[in-house]
Amino acid sequence: MKWASFWVVVIACLMYHSMLYAGGKLLATPGVSQLEGSGGGGIVPWAQLSGYATEDEWSLGAFCSGAKLQDYQLDVCGAQVNFFDRLELSVAEQNFTVAVSNRVIEQSVFGAKIRLYGDVIYSDWPQLSVGLMHKSLGDSAIARALGADASQGNDVYFSASKLHLGALYGHNWFWNITARYTQANQIGLLGFGGKYASKRWHIEMSSAVFVAPQLALGFEFREKPHNLGLGESHWRNLFIAWFPMKSLNVTAAWLDLGSIAGVPSQEGLYLSLAGNF
Amino acid sequence: MGRLFGRVTGLLCIVILLNACVTPKANVSLYHQLGGEPTIERIIDSFINEIGRHPTIIQYFKEANVMHFRTGFIRHMCALLDGPCKYTGDSMVQIHTGMDITTRDFNIVVELLITAMNEAGVSHVLQNQILARMAPLRSEIIKI
Repeated sequence: MKWASFWVVVIACLMYHSMLYAGGKLLATPGVSQLEGSGGGGIVPWAQLSGYATEDEWSLGAFCSGAKLQDYQLDVCGAQVNFFDRLELSVAEQNFTVAVSNRVIEQSVFGAKIRLYGDVIYSDWPQLSVGLMHKSLGDSAIARALGADASQGNDVYFSASKLHLGALYGHNWFWNITARYTQANQIGLLGFGGKYASKRWHIEMSSAVFVAPQLALGFEFREKPHNLGLGESHWRNLFIAWFPMKSLNVTAAWLDLGSIAGVPSQEGLYLSLAGNF
Repeated sequence: MGRLFGRVTGLLCIVILLNACVTPKANVSLYHQLGGEPTIERIIDSFINEIGRHPTIIQYFKEANVMHFRTGFIRHMCALLDGPCKYTGDSMVQIHTGMDITTRDFNIVVELLITAMNEAGVSHVLQNQILARMAPLRSEIIKI
């Protein structure tokens, strides 16, 4: 149902967008929408701000993503607004379903990201941004039961990214590195902090090759804290992103999220659909 | 899963290596890979047509001499792509000073050039390398 209504919105907006479209960036250069709502890849926030707005434009983005794992399912819908390619504000609503008990954990993520320097293609140094995510769980019962200290928390991150034109045998090559300071267990779905918490920065990275102007293949890695002593794994994915036009992108990925809440080998398919207006 | 990633990574390596075998040798200039002067002329002619059709971009060319622009850009592109030409025309800064070109309009022009290269049948791999040569000029073109 959520998907159906999302499609209606996408189609309505596609019809409308030609009138006031903010499309000053080149195709695919803003990337896609990340699970926590930020412009990025699938699991890593990137230095690019979501949407195609340049310095005298603003733009809106909306997305829904789903990940089906062996024992869990994660559904996310969210939106971003990009002001003048300087500030991105985002919101994401996550529903994490535990298949065995059919319990749903809800989390809201509010994000802000500021572009500090550069342009992902043109500047001498990589584009650099700083971001903040405020996360809060709808219900902290499961998080508390697993030993988390809090039901809300903040992530701070710095991201650097660069698109190298024609760098890989004539194909455009993209990379992003993000350093994130976080206390979140499984991105916050299992609460924040815990008995084994150690405060430090975590590294996340993404890389992609454009095999065609509209098609990118890549991978991502996200280092995770293990505050709960449940063997939380680092996350990985292999993705393919398709940009048929600036106002629409579709991303599919194979996720390897490892152990979640003590249940090992959580792998599965990820699908994301996003519109930019 | 670790094994799957290992395999996929291995496969990617093989694809990249195979790709390396069929990639033209680096010592052949972009100018020659492109097909030399005739292709450049076709690109620039398409580009001029595209500009003429674009309501925003044509405004920047109101006082331009199209033939002068055509000759200059053909020479400049030839030189940028390591062809047998020397660009002796006005500098990018001289040409664009006072135009106050925005990031948005600059990117629109890049898109028009990409359209022109598509129309001239230039492969996407070659297009990327051509754009890589032109990209450093951006700071001499916009917002001045």
